[in-house]
Amino acid sequence: MKALLFVTPKRALVLMAVLAVISLVLPAFTNAYVLSVATLILYFAYLGQAWNVMMGFCGQLSLGHSLYVGIGAYVSAALFVHYGIPPWLGIWAAVLACMAAGAAIGVLAFRFGIGGVYFALLTIAFAEFTRIGFDHLDWVGGSGGFFLPVAQRDINDVLALRGSPVMFYYVMLVLTVAAFAFCTWLLRTRIGYYWQAIREDPDAAQALGINTFRYKMLAVVISAGMSALSGVFFAFYYNNLFPEQIFNMSRSIEIILGPIIGGVGTLFGPILGAVVLTVLADGITELMAVFGWEIPGVKQVFYGTCLLVVIVFLPNGIWPTLARRLGLERKEEGRRRV
Amino acid sequence: MSEPLLSVHSVSKSFRGLRAVSEASFGVEEGHIVALIGPNGAGKTTCFNMIAGAFVPDAGEIRFAGRRIDGMRPDQVCLAGIGRTFQLVRPFAGLSVLDNVIVGALGRNSSVVVARRKAHAILERLGLAEKRDQPASALTLPDRKRLEVARALATEPRLLLLDEAMAGLRPTETDQMVAVFRRLSAEDGLTILLIEHVMRAVMALSREIHVLHHGVLIASGSPDEVVRHPAVLDCYLGEEAV
Amino acid sequence: MPLELVANVTLAGLLTGLVYGLMALGLSVIFGVVRVVNFAHGEMMTIAMYAAVMLFGTFRLDPFITLIPVAAAFFAFGYALQATLINPFITRPEHTQFMLVLAVAIIMVNALLMAFGPDARNVPVEYALDSFSVGPLLLDTVRVYAALAALAIAGGLFLFFKFTATGGAIRACADNYLGAKVVGLDVKKYYALTFGIGSACVGAAGCLMVLLVDVTPLLGPGYTLLAFIIVIVGGLGSMAGALLGGVLIGISEALAGLFFSPSAKSMFSFALLILVLLFRPQGLLGKRL
Repeated sequence: MKALLFVTPKRALVLMAVLAVISLVLPAFTNAYVLSVATLILYFAYLGQAWNVMMGFCGQLSLGHSLYVGIGAYVSAALFVHYGIPPWLGIWAAVLACMAAGAAIGVLAFRFGIGGVYFALLTIAFAEFTRIGFDHLDWVGGSGGFFLPVAQRDINDVLALRGSPVMFYYVMLVLTVAAFAFCTWLLRTRIGYYWQAIREDPDAAQALGINTFRYKMLAVVISAGMSALSGVFFAFYYNNLFPEQIFNMSRSIEIILGPIIGGVGTLFGPILGAVVLTVLADGITELMAVFGWEIPGVKQVFYGTCLLVVIVFLPNGIWPTLARRLGLERKEEGRRRV
Repeated sequence: MSEPLLSVHSVSKSFRGLRAVSEASFGVEEGHIVALIGPNGAGKTTCFNMIAGAFVPDAGEIRFAGRRIDGMRPDQVCLAGIGRTFQLVRPFAGLSVLDNVIVGALGRNSSVVVARRKAHAILERLGLAEKRDQPASALTLPDRKRLEVARALATEPRLLLLDEAMAGLRPTETDQMVAVFRRLSAEDGLTILLIEHVMRAVMALSREIHVLHHGVLIASGSPDEVVRHPAVLDCYLGEEAV
Repeated sequence: MPLELVANVTLAGLLTGLVYGLMALGLSVIFGVVRVVNFAHGEMMTIAMYAAVMLFGTFRLDPFITLIPVAAAFFAFGYALQATLINPFITRPEHTQFMLVLAVAIIMVNALLMAFGPDARNVPVEYALDSFSVGPLLLDTVRVYAALAALAIAGGLFLFFKFTATGGAIRACADNYLGAKVVGLDVKKYYALTFGIGSACVGAAGCLMVLLVDVTPLLGPGYTLLAFIIVIVGGLGSMAGALLGGVLIGISEALAGLFFSPSAKSMFSFALLILVLLFRPQGLLGKRL
């Protein structure tokens, strides 16, 4: 990692330091509302990075990522409510469950040579299947919802994920930064190189000795496991879970919007995308509230339009262009990705 | 005499009723450069694909370094020691030139640091060192072809399959590529099997030539023998080649 | 469970399935020729349903009649969409095209939500509750008419593709993009034409569907998924496959709703999709992938 510091241009390091400072002290300077928005940004930034591992690095399009968030949420919540198992233990079960789900999808798809659009449809089908399944699962509340006991907000217990919004903010901040570090590291390993090769040209990758099945599976499983954590967070932050909401296709779409707008395959793209989307979406909702318009669906139309504009004019996302303009590109040997 | 490094025994392959390759048998001795020629549709690339593991032969056997390799996956074939290039070059467009070769080198070196060092060395040998940080998509065709070769070489193969490596190159560029292959063969003892239409390169490089026509092997021998072979002249080279 | 009930439900499912089949036919035509995943298919269906609702509400015109102008309008819309937005993206990577149409779909659904609100609407024609009996079986009049209309349209489309020059040209473009260009076919025009035809199918199907179910803006994604399941199950590139797939899905949905619970009916469709993708990816009547 030290080598990383030497080749990253000074500007980028400065920018990262500034961002780090801002995000660390944010809670001290803002009100509860801004804090909740910031937490939401971090949530999507983290989740976007998790999805990006599968799509951006390895080229496998998942449109059913809400599956993992939902499973992670329900597993940890059920263990907590039914057996009193605290989240810092429940997380392991949640991650394992999600990895198993991802592995199942991966095996079914890749063993049978399903890729591209068909794979995406398969991921949707699994998510929808699970959504309807959970609607009928009374052990976790079924369609009526699953509720966690809301504890007092003044005691901050990180391990039990009970506490003030500030605590949740920092938890999400740590997760997001950890994910960023993890992804940065991953890209520079053999796994990262192999994933990118598979993304660019799976047949050529195979001809170079890459077992594409193994590495695609790895991407799916890692992505699923990472997403599980955001599910756990979701469960203990919002304290209620409904299959209709958490497994919904709209959730899956929200997850991918950030990375696509920010820049699929880049390290900073998902984070930037999450910021842009959440800020703008919130801005629009606020603006409309000012005028007294409360029309359902406006936010989504906005999302759709953003997506459309980015795909048509900036197909690689905002970040690559932005990074070039700001002179932030790393001049490292052989690499042009930030 | 010991078994050739690569031996193809009576392999056949049909696609939905069309017989692409019919009981073809030939061998490639270690250290030699051998050419596989013939008109379009003769089954040459199909043979390559069977050797490289992209297709499974319907019948017959393929042996490499004493082991049967027909039926192996392409990545297993690569790790067994056979590298290949593609007829239409397939660089990893989104990666840099150096990264492309690093991917190849990672096949036998799990450390990225070591792989990078080896990739550098290969790029130097093939004259692509200055362009190492450029995206692969920015290269000219001759450079892309050299990148393709570099990448395959990075997997440290004993046998290199070159599929029409000279296609689209001008005569001077062809001569440069020929020089590169000659050097690799001489310095590393690399065995090369190449599919080629550019006779200039075939004659300059090959020690032995096998000729395919309609999926059947119709001639084998030294370049001089093959070039005068009546069947070969008939179907492919024409009277003026002699 | 009385046999008559099962038979009636199955029959109802079959008839509904034919309308599904028409919708899926539109997708099969688009996906099979242009190779674009029309992720907005279900949303277009929903828009067609709302169009029928509005036309009925304003002019008291039966959907069987408004079907014609709606299909025509959808043809124009589909043609324009392909020609302006999607054509430039033909050469881009698959997932980019996918995302593009997805974006359009998102805008459509929520525009509908903004315009009409989340409440369900329907088309209360006079004969909505009529039925006629054939022996022990009870058939809903609307369902029978809708199914017949769907069959008629599908039949007409089949004749178009088989016997007209344009139809042949479109099939050529589907089989071999480069080859079609080489022989001088204006592939872009035929792609737009195909998208138009596929959209017209959806428009017609929507008018028929709204006689069978109530419409809300959120039906869109469900129908998109359903259309894909039907096309994949029935087989890409096969028109009969689309209808067959539609019927199969219609029946399985109906039976699932009868034997389990109404909300479980999609689960069977998804299970069927997963099975088909795994064991017969070319679908029941499709050509080998």
